[in-house]
Amino acid sequence: MKSPYRFAFAGVAAALLLATGCSSSSSSSSSSGASSGSSVNWATETSVSAGGGMSALIAAAKKEGTLNVIALPPTWANYGTIIDDFQKTYGITVNSTLPDGTSQQEVDAVKTENGTAKAPDVMDIGLAVALANTSLFAPYEVSTWSDIPAAQKDPNGLWYEDYGGYMAIGYSTKFGTITSLSQLLGPKFKGAVALNGNPTSANAALNGVMMANLAEGGTASNIADGVNFFAKLKAAGNFNPISATGATIKAGTTEVVFNWDYLNLPSYVGVPAGSWKVFIPQNAVLGGYYAQAINKDAPHPAAARLWEEFLYSQAASGGQNLWLEGGARPVEQQAMTSNSSINTSAASALPAVTGTPVFLTEAQNTAAANYLAANWAKAVG
Amino acid sequence: MAVATTTQTGARPWWAGRRPPTPAWVGTVPFLAYVGVFLLWPTGIVVVDSLKNPNGAWAFSNISELGNPLVRGYFIGSFKLCVLSSVAGAVLGAILAYAVASGDPDGVGRRLYIAVSGVLAQFGGVTLAFAFLVTIGPVGLLFHASWYFDFPWGIGLIYTYFQIPLMVLVFLPAIDGLKVQWREASENLGASAWQYWRYVGGPLLMPAFLGALLLLFANALSAFATIQAWENQIAYIVPQQISTALSSEVGLSNVNVADLLALGMVILVAIVMTGYALLQRRAARWLR
Repeated sequence: MKSPYRFAFAGVAAALLLATGCSSSSSSSSSSGASSGSSVNWATETSVSAGGGMSALIAAAKKEGTLNVIALPPTWANYGTIIDDFQKTYGITVNSTLPDGTSQQEVDAVKTENGTAKAPDVMDIGLAVALANTSLFAPYEVSTWSDIPAAQKDPNGLWYEDYGGYMAIGYSTKFGTITSLSQLLGPKFKGAVALNGNPTSANAALNGVMMANLAEGGTASNIADGVNFFAKLKAAGNFNPISATGATIKAGTTEVVFNWDYLNLPSYVGVPAGSWKVFIPQNAVLGGYYAQAINKDAPHPAAARLWEEFLYSQAASGGQNLWLEGGARPVEQQAMTSNSSINTSAASALPAVTGTPVFLTEAQNTAAANYLAANWAKAVG
Repeated sequence: MAVATTTQTGARPWWAGRRPPTPAWVGTVPFLAYVGVFLLWPTGIVVVDSLKNPNGAWAFSNISELGNPLVRGYFIGSFKLCVLSSVAGAVLGAILAYAVASGDPDGVGRRLYIAVSGVLAQFGGVTLAFAFLVTIGPVGLLFHASWYFDFPWGIGLIYTYFQIPLMVLVFLPAIDGLKVQWREASENLGASAWQYWRYVGGPLLMPAFLGALLLLFANALSAFATIQAWENQIAYIVPQQISTALSSEVGLSNVNVADLLALGMVILVAIVMTGYALLQRRAARWLR
């Protein structure tokens, strides 16, 4: 008995190796927060004034020289420009790792690389993941703290929402103009309607189902009507299960896409401006914001805090207006509209909405996720 | 090393004779170390972590999760896809391998088939799924296959695309091993072509065929990128659900569940392996 078992062993070995590739990696040792070398320990400062003012922060950050960021795609919400501008303004090198990573992968990187010089300093993270991992964050309040609406920040400064948008339906102009969600059930949308991922996994996809739910008359506490809508789409042959990306939109394989409005712009998708439109159904204005947080064991604590100050700056070339120029709605938009620091041309280019914006609470988000975990595959599988 | 050569004498090197005889097992150390670090250790982590809760305490009740109808659904999905693609790939690949083997052993055709199979057996992931999508997907260039997104048919077809060439590669040597004299002998004894395959060729090839089938099964079981590019809005198979359990942004991530699903895959392979060993013992009985 010689050769046949060789196949068998190879098969088992391959399966085991691949199966175990999915296992969790062990966490490494922890270390105390690095000190910036001066008398001020920025790792424990909770505001710029407490640490001695902006010039002290800039000096300490420059001394560190580096900032580690994670999961920031350059084409997403203008991050390419934001990173470049930060590097140019302060002469600090930004190490951007895993640009297409997920929020959970950010948290995993913070845990597994804890104590090393390459651990992420700051996170741009989905709210559900942020709320589940607050023990990893350092409290910090940016100078413009009071301009962030109270509902959109942690009272202790552990996390603070940064930018976001409304869930929207992007579609090819070959379909004419879409004015209601139910139109998507019509025969001309055969195999056309896609979400941005699996709603049990991707935040944008969960909110896509929730937006359909609101448009169908459902409440934020019960996503069942949204799941039913997608079951109807599937039954009509209109549901398209491919992951929608700029490439699939350009190839014409996903012609109607549920996604955040700032990710559904022709410029982000990469198609000519006249060939792609965005529609937000009436009374289904579902907002979603990401949040910023600082790693409490950040290897570059001063640079991390300077990055936050930059992102929340209301200056014409500050982070808030840069996000707006990328089609995202900055969290301080309302305050900036009142104090006229907003870039008005960028603000007026955002898709129009009618109705009061809805923001999911943690409980609503959990209820929706649990309902989807049990029912999504059944409805559309 | 000309200098060294001229200074060498007939004397034995200084260490000769002092070296204790090396035990034969020493040669296997690198292999065992490799297997230990990259196979046994990670498998151990999967097994241990799958029985813990997120706080690190033992939670043997996790195992009951494998009986959850949802979880069972992912395993049934994986099993369907693996059986469909490995059986279709093995049968078609075996026929193709036979056709190649019966051609000129030094011919251009054979070399071409082997080279192309070597390339296509590794063709998978996003590129392959996208190739099928634009060919027979919803707006297919060739035609629109209405079943393209019906699990497991569309994705099964895509998997078969890389399973067939893999089968050709692993099965061709077995067919080459069939001696032409055996065929001549059975014909001289009055056997029909059917009888030759039923009593001589088939039994000879069966162990290799089953072994290759298992390889194809494992190949399909662990594939992830291809199905994720085919569609990613519904989890049909275990690796997709492991991905959700590892990286869900909406609060459904649970590393221990991911470990448990991985453990389930290990068990699935163990069951298939056992079945294979039993079948093979039967198929190869006459070899002893």
